[in-house]
Amino acid sequence: MTVTRRYKFAASHRLHAPQFSEGRNRELYGKCNNPHGHGHDYVLEVRVSGPLDAVSGQVVNVAALDRLVAKQVIKDFDYKYLNADVREFQSVIPTSENILGVIEDRLAACWRSVFPGEGPRLEAIRLRETRRNLFELKAS
Amino acid sequence: MLITRKAEFSASHLCAQSALTPEQNRELYGAAANPNGHGHNYVLEVTLAGDPDPGTGMVFDLKQLKEIIQKAVVEPMDHRFLNYEVPPFDKVVPTAENVAVEIWNRLQPAFLGSRAQLHNVRLYETEDLYVDYTGELA
Repeated sequence: MTVTRRYKFAASHRLHAPQFSEGRNRELYGKCNNPHGHGHDYVLEVRVSGPLDAVSGQVVNVAALDRLVAKQVIKDFDYKYLNADVREFQSVIPTSENILGVIEDRLAACWRSVFPGEGPRLEAIRLRETRRNLFELKAS
Repeated sequence: MLITRKAEFSASHLCAQSALTPEQNRELYGAAANPNGHGHNYVLEVTLAGDPDPGTGMVFDLKQLKEIIQKAVVEPMDHRFLNYEVPPFDKVVPTAENVAVEIWNRLQPAFLGSRAQLHNVRLYETEDLYVDYTGELA
C-alpha cells in the first residue's frame, strides 16, 4: 500500500549552464534562462510504501513525515532563490529533474533515523513545476 | 487498459485506540485523535483493469461501475460517522489506509467472473493526502 502526501513551496530559479554561450543557454532553456530568474509554486508529492500496521492502521505516521519534509526540504526551499540560497544548487542547475534528485538525497539522509527498521520506504517523489509540468522520480 | 471512476462521500471519523492513553493517541494520529471526531470530503477513484470487449468497445460499463460504487460505498458511508455507523470501524481504526482496504473488500466481489478486474483503490482523505491500495492484503 502507498500513502502520498502533498506539499507546496514557492521558489525562484534560473537555468543556466556556465560552460555554454549565452546563445546556447537561451536555446537550451528558453525563458527559464532569464538572467534575473523567475518563480513557481511548486507542488511536491512524497509517496511512501510499506506494510499496513495492523494495530495502528497506518502505513506511515503522517505527522512524522510532515516534520521530516519540513526540516529537510520546505524550510530551505520555500520563499528562496534556489540558485543562491540552497547549497546544492550552487553547483547543480535547478531543473525540476535535479531538484527531485536533491530532495531524494535530503530525505534519504534522515529517513532511517525517523523511520527505523521495517518502517515505511520512500517509494517516489513527484514535482509539479506548473500545472502542465510533472516530474516523477522513483526512489532508489 | 485501465478505466477509472471517481466518487465522493462526506463522513466523520476519529482515529484512536482504546488501549492507548489520550496522549499516545495524539502522538500517533495527531489532530485526528480528537475524541469528538471530525470530517472529510473523501474522494474515491476506483480503477479497473481489462481488455475492451470487442463488441461493446468497453472494458466495463461505467454506469454499472457507478452503481456498484454507489451501493457498496457511497450509500453506507456518505454523511455517516464511520466509527459508530459503519462496521468494521467500531473495531478497526478508520485511518485512510483502513478505509481504503474496506472499500476494496466491499467492491472486489462485484467483479468476480467479469472481464474487468479491480486494479486500484485511491482514496483521498484531503487534497493533500491519499492512499493507493491494490488488494495485496486480500
